[in-house]
Amino acid sequence: MSSPATPSQTVGPFFTIGCDRLKTDELAGPNVPGERMEVSGRVIDGDGVGIPDAMLEVWQANSVGKYAHPEDTQDKEIDAGFHGFGRIPTGANGEFRFITIKPGPVPGPGGRPQAPHIAVSVFMRGLLRRLVTRVYFPEEAANDEDFVLNFVEAARRGTLIARRVSGESNKLEWNVLLQGENETVFFDIGL
Amino acid sequence: MLNLRGFRRPLPGTQPNHLHPPYLSSIKRAPTKPLVAIPHTLSEITGPLFGSERADVKAFDLTKQHSGEPLGERIVVSGRVIDEDGRVVPHTLVEIWQCNAAGRYLHKVDQHDAPLDPNFTGCGHTLTDARGCYRFVTIRPGAYPWKNHHNAWRPAHIHFSVFGPAFATRLVTQMYFPGDALIPFDPIFNCTADEAARQRMISRFDWQTTLPEQALGFHFDLVLAGREATPWEPPARAKNK
Repeated sequence: MSSPATPSQTVGPFFTIGCDRLKTDELAGPNVPGERMEVSGRVIDGDGVGIPDAMLEVWQANSVGKYAHPEDTQDKEIDAGFHGFGRIPTGANGEFRFITIKPGPVPGPGGRPQAPHIAVSVFMRGLLRRLVTRVYFPEEAANDEDFVLNFVEAARRGTLIARRVSGESNKLEWNVLLQGENETVFFDIGL
Repeated sequence: MLNLRGFRRPLPGTQPNHLHPPYLSSIKRAPTKPLVAIPHTLSEITGPLFGSERADVKAFDLTKQHSGEPLGERIVVSGRVIDEDGRVVPHTLVEIWQCNAAGRYLHKVDQHDAPLDPNFTGCGHTLTDARGCYRFVTIRPGAYPWKNHHNAWRPAHIHFSVFGPAFATRLVTQMYFPGDALIPFDPIFNCTADEAARQRMISRFDWQTTLPEQALGFHFDLVLAGREATPWEPPARAKNK
């Protein structure tokens, strides 16, 4: 090893200056194949207050479970109009919302499929390094067998699974609670 | 079958913990429960890649975004994006943002009583070249006060955001300037326990990139997580049985 990685630092309160250019809250245009979904929620601090200066970055596969990346060597098609990246800053009350398509299952260790999920990084003033979490989908039989969800104690898995907004088949709610009894599960993936 | 190699985890002390009480904003925002360690799967080994179609070739120069020249000391900030094994990270997006020479950000939340500069926005981006090199032209940012504690001042810094090849290599950091008297007192700089690791956030003055009659050069390398030597394999007894 020549040098360990550069330490992470907070994005601070003014990151929109540099980050707004890649702001993307609509990951999939109307012609992208797949089941369209709107995911919305809030980022909430230890006092229960919404955080107005946070930013989510999301990364996901397309509707057949293929990432637009050369290390995904599965024999599946990439969708030309779908990159899979979103960057969503929060609003005045910590609220966020993005529109995407439900990703297909991607392989996990041993080739067993993972349940459909979206990888999420959370950045904000006060966070010296990002937080990493995932959004899973409700009423998904594959969640029970999911390789990553099974690293999480059963009582906390619900924090990773979005809820269907009642009466709305394509609207999901998923919140990021930084602290408290229902604190969201965050993953250690290194940096 | 996919043969996936993940990325290495940081050595102890070389990255900040989420909770660092001297940095007050971390207290209500750091998670209180332990993080759940997971192996890298295809979702972490892939990540967003941004090609030249997503980058503006002129955006490396923060001094040429308006009709006039920004006030302050022009500088060249350049270096390489490499991994922990010294391998270059080519064609990856590097984003920066910063305050102006007076220590003021062009942002509605920044109420510091220092002047805005109509000729300076403070944002730039570029792609590393085939050798992992990047280069920005900007002005030296000022120090500015903040409300973390009595008479708190941030040392001059430039925010850097780098993607690298994977979701697992994402890095956001800050670059500091050599000899800045405020660095030893800054709780954000000091959040990382390891002294040698902290020093990697300080750029060095660089004659080679200093432009005669024009701009001082500063060199700053960004080091991303390196690759694991061998693919991760599920343990013989699966955890979820």
